[in-house]
Amino acid sequence: NLQESESENKLDGETASDSESRSEFGGSAPVPTSDDTPEVLNRALSNLSSRWKNWWVRGILTLAMITFFFIIIYLGPMVLMTIVMCVQIKCFHEIITIGYNVYHSYDLPWFRTLSWYFLLCVNYFFYGETVTDYFFTLVQREEPLRILSKYHRFISFALYLTGFCMFVLSLVKKHYRLQFYMFGWTHVTLLIVVTQSHLIIHNLFEGMIWFIVPISCVICNDIMAYMFGFFFGRTPLIKLSPKKTWEGFIGGFFATVLFGLLLSYIMSGYRCFTCPVEFNNDTNSFTVDCEPSELFQLQEYNIPLVLQSVVGWKTLRMYPFQIHSIALSTFASLIGPFGGFFASGFKRAFKIKDFANTIPGHGGIMDRFDCQYLMATFVNVYIASFIRGPNPSKLIQQFLTLRPDQQLHIFNTLKAHLVDKGMLGSLEEA
Amino acid sequence: MSARRRRRVAAEEEEKEAEAEAAEEGSDKEAELEERLVDLDLRNDSDVPDVPPASDSTPEILKAALSGLSARWKNWWIRGILSLAMISGFFLIIYLGSFMLMLLVLSIQVKCYHEIITIGYRVYHSYDLPWFRSLSWYFLLCVNYFFYGETVADYFATFVQRREQLQFLIRYHRFISFALYLAGFCIFVLSLVKKHYRLQFYMFAWTHVTLLITVTQSHLVIQNLFEGMIWFLVPISSVICNDITAYIFGFFFGRTPLIKLSPKKTWEGFIGGFFSTVIFGFVFSYFLAQHQYFVCPVEYNSETNRFVTECEASELFQMTKYPLPPLLQAVLGWDTVTLYPFQMHSVALSTFASLIGPFGGFFASGFKRAFKIKDFADTIPGHGGIMDRFDCQYLMATFVHVYITSFIRGPNPSKLLKQLLILQPEQQLSVYKTLKSHLLEKGILQPSLRG
Repeated sequence: NLQESESENKLDGETASDSESRSEFGGSAPVPTSDDTPEVLNRALSNLSSRWKNWWVRGILTLAMITFFFIIIYLGPMVLMTIVMCVQIKCFHEIITIGYNVYHSYDLPWFRTLSWYFLLCVNYFFYGETVTDYFFTLVQREEPLRILSKYHRFISFALYLTGFCMFVLSLVKKHYRLQFYMFGWTHVTLLIVVTQSHLIIHNLFEGMIWFIVPISCVICNDIMAYMFGFFFGRTPLIKLSPKKTWEGFIGGFFATVLFGLLLSYIMSGYRCFTCPVEFNNDTNSFTVDCEPSELFQLQEYNIPLVLQSVVGWKTLRMYPFQIHSIALSTFASLIGPFGGFFASGFKRAFKIKDFANTIPGHGGIMDRFDCQYLMATFVNVYIASFIRGPNPSKLIQQFLTLRPDQQLHIFNTLKAHLVDKGMLGSLEEA
Repeated sequence: MSARRRRRVAAEEEEKEAEAEAAEEGSDKEAELEERLVDLDLRNDSDVPDVPPASDSTPEILKAALSGLSARWKNWWIRGILSLAMISGFFLIIYLGSFMLMLLVLSIQVKCYHEIITIGYRVYHSYDLPWFRSLSWYFLLCVNYFFYGETVADYFATFVQRREQLQFLIRYHRFISFALYLAGFCIFVLSLVKKHYRLQFYMFAWTHVTLLITVTQSHLVIQNLFEGMIWFLVPISSVICNDITAYIFGFFFGRTPLIKLSPKKTWEGFIGGFFSTVIFGFVFSYFLAQHQYFVCPVEYNSETNRFVTECEASELFQMTKYPLPPLLQAVLGWDTVTLYPFQMHSVALSTFASLIGPFGGFFASGFKRAFKIKDFADTIPGHGGIMDRFDCQYLMATFVHVYITSFIRGPNPSKLLKQLLILQPEQQLSVYKTLKSHLLEKGILQPSLRG
């Protein structure tokens, strides 16, 4: 008994101290950026000094990513959903790999399979909930889909339970603690990565503008804060990220709010961005066609007297959405960076320089998306609280599954409510 | 081993003193050494069991009464007496009603959370981390606020409609909960201290996983309770019965070990427990299904400001005749049998409790071995902590909830109504028209002629 605890201690101890040195000098240590950049770039920039080279590599890759983003938007909602899914899988993979490196748990029985299995289960659960809502008619038509959707929660839970039981059965005597750590690590990663990506897809279905404006604000804040910091930066912001400065933070805030206002103004004019994404059963494709809601119709606002004297106009024509965009940009600039600090703290805690080396000059996908963590949740909560109520078609769908007496009760209550409000006269339409 | 450990500890202390005299904090090498020392600390001290022997926490009365017996029988008697005490307590709370049950569930949740977090503190020696204890409790508060807000809004709809301030809180509930959570998140980020990053992240993750396990389960238990007290009582009793009968069968007939994680469990206990639990569930549901008190959904009566359980018993709880398959007819000699349909469902619940519930127990055993603790805490003499009693219940609450939503009922009508009432007026009108045409079609609503 004592011998076993000794050897397990040694295993943990070796792991702990080894992971220190290993991560400093070996396994997940970052490869110098130039090793990752494509040969083309290397040759083109071979004459510049290394500092400018790095700057150019980052700049070119940034432009490449932004161009890629525009192309995807052009290609439509289906491609966007696929990209979100790929980004989610890559982020999950990056964080789990860090966990493996920290705990040297490559040899743990079953664990890699189990992590991917849990990712599959949770995605199945979330996609099932989304698909049932938005593809309602399609699902009702196809028999197997209908059964899957009716018992969806039960099936998802059964799948998860299988994974849970496999985990319990895979516990091996000397590796209990490592296995529990990896189990916890997997679940926290799922919580962060998968829920965020599904909230992004919900936002997307609300209207592409709710997807594009928040993400662009975060990107803009990143870039503007960097520029303001580069040119005017003097006072350090937080010990976690020594390169961030107060000047960059405040400059980035104002720049992002302005950018948000402008971008929303431009986008609100186009139906393809402002309309909710719907699935058309006849053409079996996504359509974005609708009557623009009030949010996206130009309105006259009276400028408060203070600003009137400054600006010289009496009224201003804006889209109401632009006012919401101020809230979104403010969140992106003030709270979004906390996601970045969290990721910086995480990297320092586990002594890694970047999450991975996927993008030359930038690090891993997670490095680019760390500020977006909280943004997707905020936008979703914002929409649910301030913009729209529940989805009427979803409500009708739920209504249809109730018992007849319950249906009658709700119908009568709704009728009484509408009569109260004067929406329904006392005339019954036959 | 202890001599070696003492030498190691002494060496570490010497090194620490040398550290303290070293230069400024910025150097990587020093930070690296500190981290390594912290990790070594973790490795050494966490396997010392801090839990005192169980008999220390038994009340004096019991000790005096049992002083004559040998140690093994004494332990058995203590466990037995405490089991009976807990079961009686359970019956008492059931008698006192739904509100007391909700309070009980809440207290258990808070205690379980406290136990698991305390283990985390001991494992990571993180008592001194800045802010962390406050932050853990703060996150518990936030998540509970979020979940209770969702429940309260559904079930107390009429109560809430009357009060203005509550209306505001309900309408923006998600936003307020998210803002509260964010505040905690930002405070966590601001509280990150240079030498303790890893510990702080571990505790952050530990807190979140614990919240995921304890808080969600307890809220699902409360949702089940609102569905009808029988949906709360039968699952929990099945798990308890499975525990006790598996132990008894194992005690008398146990020979083949079941799983390496829990060497005391045997296949005989497992199978015997399974059959006993199914029979117990069957019989118990028969008795409970006859009383409205257990069978009706719990509703809040806004006039009397109390919970009421009064209703027309649904089909599940009305005796139905089932024809027996010919095979059983020959054996038993009956043609038909009158049962409550609920008893069939109880078979499913008991099966889950006996077959999958134990995995929750194995998970907890693995956890205790991983972190080298004997029990989660010493709250209950002879049994350990609250978590030790509830480990098999983990998955049961979620299963019952999923079972109810998939097979028993559709969505909650009052929640649906609430959502309908906050739609925009034009949307309400169009929904009304759709519903009306649907009801007319199905013949549920008779078309009325109006002048």
